[in-house]
Amino acid sequence: MDFKLDPADEAFRAEMRAFIRANLPEDVARRGRRGYHPTHDDVQRWQRILNAQGWGAINWPAEHGGVDWSPLRRFLFQMELKAAGAPVEDQSALELVGPVIYTFGSQAQKDRYLPAILNADEFWCQGFSEPNAGSDLASLRTRAVRDGDEFVVDGQKIWTSEAHKADMMFALVRTNSEVKPQAGISFLLIDMKSPGLTVRPIYTINEGLSVNEVFFDSVRVPAENLVGEENRGWSYAKFLLTNERAMSAEVPHTHHDLELLKDIAAVEILNGRPIAEDPLFAAKIAKLEVDLLALEYAVLRVLHTPEDDASLNAVSSVLKLRGAELRQRVSELSVEALGEYGLAVFPDVEGQDNMDKLAPVPPAPDYAAGHLSKAMFRRATTIYGGANEIQRNIIAKTVLGL
Amino acid sequence: MDFSLSPEQQALKDSAARFVEREYGFEARNALLRGDRFSAQHWATFAELGWLGAGLSEEEGGFGGGPIETAIVAEELGRALALEPFAPCAVMGVRALLAQASEAQREALIEPIISGESICVLAHGERAGRGEDAHVAVKAAKSNDGYKLSGRKCFVLGGPHADAFVVSARTSGQTTDRRGVSLFLVAADAQGVDIVPYHGVDGRMVCDLVLDQAALSADALIGEEGGALDAVELALDHGLASLCAEAVGAMDAALWMTRDYLQTRSQFGVTLNTFQALQHRMADMLVETELARSMLYRALAALETDDPLKRRMDVAAAKAQIGEAGHFVGAWAVQLHGAIGTTEEHPVGHLYKRLAFVRNFMGASDVHLARFAAWSAEAKAQDAHGQAARAGRKADDRRRTSPVSD
Repeated sequence: MDFKLDPADEAFRAEMRAFIRANLPEDVARRGRRGYHPTHDDVQRWQRILNAQGWGAINWPAEHGGVDWSPLRRFLFQMELKAAGAPVEDQSALELVGPVIYTFGSQAQKDRYLPAILNADEFWCQGFSEPNAGSDLASLRTRAVRDGDEFVVDGQKIWTSEAHKADMMFALVRTNSEVKPQAGISFLLIDMKSPGLTVRPIYTINEGLSVNEVFFDSVRVPAENLVGEENRGWSYAKFLLTNERAMSAEVPHTHHDLELLKDIAAVEILNGRPIAEDPLFAAKIAKLEVDLLALEYAVLRVLHTPEDDASLNAVSSVLKLRGAELRQRVSELSVEALGEYGLAVFPDVEGQDNMDKLAPVPPAPDYAAGHLSKAMFRRATTIYGGANEIQRNIIAKTVLGL
Repeated sequence: MDFSLSPEQQALKDSAARFVEREYGFEARNALLRGDRFSAQHWATFAELGWLGAGLSEEEGGFGGGPIETAIVAEELGRALALEPFAPCAVMGVRALLAQASEAQREALIEPIISGESICVLAHGERAGRGEDAHVAVKAAKSNDGYKLSGRKCFVLGGPHADAFVVSARTSGQTTDRRGVSLFLVAADAQGVDIVPYHGVDGRMVCDLVLDQAALSADALIGEEGGALDAVELALDHGLASLCAEAVGAMDAALWMTRDYLQTRSQFGVTLNTFQALQHRMADMLVETELARSMLYRALAALETDDPLKRRMDVAAAKAQIGEAGHFVGAWAVQLHGAIGTTEEHPVGHLYKRLAFVRNFMGASDVHLARFAAWSAEAKAQDAHGQAARAGRKADDRRRTSPVSD
């Protein structure tokens, strides 16, 4: 064991910070520091800048257009991106479907989809969950029936993030209902403009739009859009879900949110002094910060532990669970720091996803915007990607052997 | 960065694990608890196996290790609930001496400690000084040929086993001034020194050290007069990290002991591990243990930085976090064992008691949380100040160097 950061990694971090400072457009950064989902245009602009630099997909291998950075450097880069207010990239494309395509896809699929992801020409959404297949994903029922050189898809997906902005969906569909649930699922790439496909927005409790229902009514999908082998989709999905577990803690995001919280606490007044100087409030911030420091080191442990090491399972299992809880706690505390204005609903005036298009902007300071929205939306962090109760089941079974 | 044990570190861990397995079983430990709560033979073995100098570099008189090696030993001793004064002597005593003593003093004092001949523990804490490391009310008054020390040091861990103490005392200034704190080497049998022994919740011996005009020669002063507080704080940080490592060892032991218990204990015709409520509780215990270990590593990294503020911050964060995590794991381990967990007859209750000790010793969690908050704010202010200074310098540079391109 040796916990000193390599000077070369420190230099890398400084270089990244300088690049981002010089290249991230000011208006994109300003919106990125808010709590709203980034706009399509902001994501696209920034992704294209990164791609031009050769850094369009930092978690992909170089042969597919990525970079060969160490896991630590990828993490440091993410920390710098978030600290600067860069918009969150199209994670569905870059972190989820991209690796599946270059690992299991055909050459034609790689040529067709990967460059478009790298340059943000196409946005993706994930069609996994269904009304009756949430935590129990394998019970999904949307079916795809082979008809010549096409599949005909019927059914419904739900909780589909960014479906209203996406060009493509990667979906798990049932291609065989005669076998055990996991063995009859295929992995299909579906054009969102296909006839018979409709998207219904679902507004979440932050009065914003990011998730949707997607309905399939005899949607015809070319057979060449099947990834890998028919009925092997479950194993590709499992690959996809374990791919980015170190990132699942979302430490860079929470780190950034915590800095925003401290800035708020330095200026908001309680009992005649900054709320940061109120002992009870200061203790709450400190507790969050301490928990985040521990989680950050857990991430570093995971990033430095080889895949075949027996200890990896235990430490990586804590990341999603605690990362999700911390994201909630920091946004809840930000709302508290803002006092009553923390309860005022700020429409996302620069976005397009407000439920109430005509909602007036409250007469509160600028920095008050976005935190309530985050706090409301983040109730989902302990639910999506395997609810925390499911995470505990997994820990009990796979790590503790109970 | 590297989170895997080097071959030397693995050998150290194995040697500690083998020792505690062989010598520190539940019954053997109970026998010690009925006696001196200490084994001179064990202490000699610690020295023989190189543990007392494992955390010191060769320049410091040790065997080429550092804080990580100290933690490896401390974790195993924590797992076994060892009673010997490893942290107060081999960590805090030695670190205080190394940071403050003159070259000649270091040569004279360090070697006997790591060879096990002398047990010399740090005596710094005072009752009215809770949460304030600069609080030193024990007075050292200059006399004709040295100093006279008066006052009381409280809850000195391992003190009853020590033959000497590194005592902080005030040679000038007010009780909480940073300047004016000096360190003295005080023999346990010196005149005017009264050792009041008792034992703590985890079975270890502690004492109050009562100094009544204890006469010391001038050469009992360690290093420079009045400037020892930095050394004391460094020693305390090393000690806190060592306690955290003990706690991580005890948590790990409690976690797996409870897991095994749930797999064997039957009620309602099934083993307890089949109940989901208990599975989830154990999952939370595992999460706390892993985060505590992560935080321990962060603290160990901080001990090797040259920035005292960063070091103090991360160590305080670790003590706050691990103290609470240890309580969580320990308390639930007892709960999941049911009634037997609340008895002296089962090791899980003893693990809980060690975790309860660590939680409140040398500052409870909230003390460290409050310090962390204050130091974190200070670091942020320094950072902002540094950035402003750098930005100013950059602007200056531009003015000087680029009249043409502008």
